[in-house]
Amino acid sequence: MRDMRPAFGATVSDLVDRDDRVAVVLSEISTQFFTAAMRAYPDRVVNIGIMEQAMVGVAAGFAMEGFLPVAHSLSPFMAERPYEQLKLDFGYQGLAGTFVGVGGSYDYASEGGTHHAPADVGLMLGIPRMEVLIPGHGDEVDRLLRATYANAHPTYLRASVTSNAASHEVAPGRLDVLRRGDRATVLAFGPMLDRTVEACEGLDVTLAYATSLRPFDTEGLAAIAGEQPVVISVEPFYEGSAAPVLTEALVHVPSRFVSIGVPRGFIHGYGTSADLDADLGLDVPGIRTRLRAALDA
Amino acid sequence: MTTLEDVRALVARATGDEKHEESTTSTLDALWVLYERILRVDPADPDAEDRDRFLLSKGHGPTALYAVLAARGFFPTEWLDTFMEHGGHLGSHPDRTQVPGIEASTGSLGHGLPMAVGVALALRAKGLQEQRVFVLCGDAELNEGSNWEAILLAPERRLGNLTLLVIDNHSSEPTMPPWDARLGSFGWDTHLVDGHDHAALERAFRVRQPDRPTAVVADIPEGEW
Repeated sequence: MRDMRPAFGATVSDLVDRDDRVAVVLSEISTQFFTAAMRAYPDRVVNIGIMEQAMVGVAAGFAMEGFLPVAHSLSPFMAERPYEQLKLDFGYQGLAGTFVGVGGSYDYASEGGTHHAPADVGLMLGIPRMEVLIPGHGDEVDRLLRATYANAHPTYLRASVTSNAASHEVAPGRLDVLRRGDRATVLAFGPMLDRTVEACEGLDVTLAYATSLRPFDTEGLAAIAGEQPVVISVEPFYEGSAAPVLTEALVHVPSRFVSIGVPRGFIHGYGTSADLDADLGLDVPGIRTRLRAALDA
Repeated sequence: MTTLEDVRALVARATGDEKHEESTTSTLDALWVLYERILRVDPADPDAEDRDRFLLSKGHGPTALYAVLAARGFFPTEWLDTFMEHGGHLGSHPDRTQVPGIEASTGSLGHGLPMAVGVALALRAKGLQEQRVFVLCGDAELNEGSNWEAILLAPERRLGNLTLLVIDNHSSEPTMPPWDARLGSFGWDTHLVDGHDHAALERAFRVRQPDRPTAVVADIPEGEW
């Protein structure tokens, strides 16, 4: 299985080779994946040091000159620290670029709360025009990056250390229905898929998979929800982050929406991300318990 | 050829932003010298690939820049009459999507200089060696930490095509000068000039080192705004 972080490095390095409009701005993180690209293209693949605000500003400067910039850091230092640069330099200015955060919500669990970023997706959705991608596998990182790097939008890709065992034929805005049931629609995002599939065993539910929230197949979800008034979203980020998008699909039908995600609080524990999943009810037993509660409510 | 008096008359037509009046008057001389004598820009083709770039990083008090651009023909001078008004094109902070000749949408302090570094890097990556990037920061704006990321970075990247113009109108409270010495210690080629002296400004703007960025600190003493 290919991890998402090296997959990001390999895909972007390939795009740099293929497309001379691609520029990469790094701030120390993941430079090991770009050694060859920095040597081959020193003017457009640059590591500027640990300065994330400048990283986004410099990327905007490249975009102003017609390049397709890619910037990257750990999720809190990609989505949160330079948030105003993402909002203004790219969003307000109408520029396009790709921003890859790695670390998910608490993938680097033992690093503590300074390295957690479960708010990332909610924040990115708060920037108009910002596309939000949530791959669940390294191969999906590759597909989503190739599909979006040259579009006219700023795009945030949430890479995580946690992956599903197998990849899917994902695309931005695609909603895959994996199986059909009658009692509810369970929608899993990115790396939550495998554990959600397991948690749904024996439950009479429709199971769908998505790797993007903007764009999102609102009509597709509306069609499913029209038959099943209970929609349960299983999210790897702060609980309810997807609600503004998903509830838009449900406005025309009487429905109930339930979000299962990271509780909104700071985490002060350590260990592995699996340890924290269990603490927070986001492992298979925890998700199953909450699914049953939602179905029985 | 546009005279400074022509431009002052245009500035006077853009009313309503008096709280930024000192920003406007402090930058006017330097902007007029830049657009009249230095920058290679074409109002008929404001996005020409071979143009020089100017970014008003601080974004505050943009009527001086609007007036200079209008005088050069980037947009109709009538636009100044509806400055800050509903339905007008010109806000109290510039918007690149609305105004020809405006390179960057600024107003939140500390954004323009990092973007200018990116533009300078991008010009190099495109092989445009003659084109230059000018960026204007206020002395108070230099309190923002994001600027100092860029100030560290530009000399490390040997950006000879970048000139930082600091309008030091001593508006920062607390005061943190001397800006020329501070920038020099970070590796910039610095020049301290009288911010109202057109010949001195022009001389400083014409300096271009092959392998390090230039900083022109234009001093505007308190009360001489």
